[in-house]
Amino acid sequence: MYPENFRYTKEHEWVRVEGDTGTMGITDHAQKELGDIVYVDLPKVGTVAEQGKTIGSVESVKAVSDIYSPLSGEVVAINNLLATSPEKLNEDPHGAAWLVKIKLSAPEEVKELMSAADYHAYAGEE
Amino acid sequence: MTQPTAALKKTPLHATHKRMGARMVDFGGWDMPVQYSGVLDEHHTVRQRVGLFDVSHMGEIEIQGPEALKLVEFVSTNAAAKLKAGQAHYSGLLYEHGGFVDDILVHKVADDQFFICVNASNQDKDYEHILSHNRFDANVENAGPRYAQIAIQGPRALETLQKLTPVNLAAIRYYHFTDGTVSGAPARIARTGYTGEDGFEIYVAPGEAERLWDDLLAAGAEFGIKPCGLGARNTLRLECKMALYGHEIHSTVTPLEADLAWIVKFDKGEFLGRDALLKQKERGVTRKLIGFEMKGRGIGRDGYEVHVDGSPSGWVTSGGPSPTLNKNIGLCYLPAQQCEIGRAIQVMIRGEGVDAVTVPTPFYKRAK
Repeated sequence: MYPENFRYTKEHEWVRVEGDTGTMGITDHAQKELGDIVYVDLPKVGTVAEQGKTIGSVESVKAVSDIYSPLSGEVVAINNLLATSPEKLNEDPHGAAWLVKIKLSAPEEVKELMSAADYHAYAGEE
Repeated sequence: MTQPTAALKKTPLHATHKRMGARMVDFGGWDMPVQYSGVLDEHHTVRQRVGLFDVSHMGEIEIQGPEALKLVEFVSTNAAAKLKAGQAHYSGLLYEHGGFVDDILVHKVADDQFFICVNASNQDKDYEHILSHNRFDANVENAGPRYAQIAIQGPRALETLQKLTPVNLAAIRYYHFTDGTVSGAPARIARTGYTGEDGFEIYVAPGEAERLWDDLLAAGAEFGIKPCGLGARNTLRLECKMALYGHEIHSTVTPLEADLAWIVKFDKGEFLGRDALLKQKERGVTRKLIGFEMKGRGIGRDGYEVHVDGSPSGWVTSGGPSPTLNKNIGLCYLPAQQCEIGRAIQVMIRGEGVDAVTVPTPFYKRAK
């Protein structure tokens, strides 16, 4: 369910680090909690993201949820697919519906995040 | 303050919702299903086929006695004297100052008997309010605990329910009701609803609710019936511009402001709030409820500020996606002189003004 090569936040984001770039999204648990997702608000490329700070929002039919950046760095890409097909976030939250890519400024921050096993336990208990 | 889960009230169908895998939420102190298969799926199911809602959290107040009509006429805005036995109407319970205590459905059972359906979170307040103005020969009962309420809504609702009742449902006109049986249980069957589709609201004893729920799901299986939650109930009612207490209406909003002048019958004589409303009518209302449609990207949601010509002018009372129209819609209050149809407005979404335009309502009306 939760890929081993991802790291996870308490706010239900995931990040996959490859070299100096982190690709992030929201977890399957998060999309299930939100229900039908109808709108995704992402930062502009070039935005400086700070770990734990809001970088956008995801809206379901009923509610708005902030997205928090799992790591610090500069946003170098956003997933434009979500502007036209926000429902992809319900269908493939760990894959095609990634949110943004960040060029990491403090890669060591990743140590503060949860492993897949820890997140699984955390999300299950919540 | 958040109450511990144990303190939440439960409907007679609570265990059924849990068993069937509904997602539950705290709704005004009640642990209610917000969704089953998903809000969008449930919404479309009601528009196209038939959906089943547990609305047992709604309250019921019964007024009986020789002067029952006088009491109802005094505490509510619509003309209850015009109702025939077996007929219902939408009405308002107002304070002296013209603001809403609640919005209600008044059913006339007999000349000396009225059955009022009220909002879940308001039932004790409404009961106390009516009781405090009861200087008539009438008895008021807070009857909520005696009733479960199930709404069956959608174009296939009649066919589904007809399988379970000897009552000729086609003969019940819109906003009429009859007492009969469903699945053998005594039931009050009203052709009313909160979705904009044809359908019925069924009042039964709490002990009958689970069997009735299961029987209705079985009867509607061939039409694709699905259990639905409060999420879809909200998107459905918003498309039809049906007011929701706490959003479009509350204690500081009057029916004239809320575009509900049609439920206020000034010529029926004295009633609570009449003087305040008459004054407001003479002076002219300063704000009005109006529909809008988002033009820019974003969803205007409940409580967001609305700007006109760059200045804060009002607020969104209910807003969200319209699954039927595939647009983002909402209702907002605006100054009366600024709320003509077609006016460009901006909804403030996370600090930024996003373009929207005022539009005619209801957003959706079913083909008859």
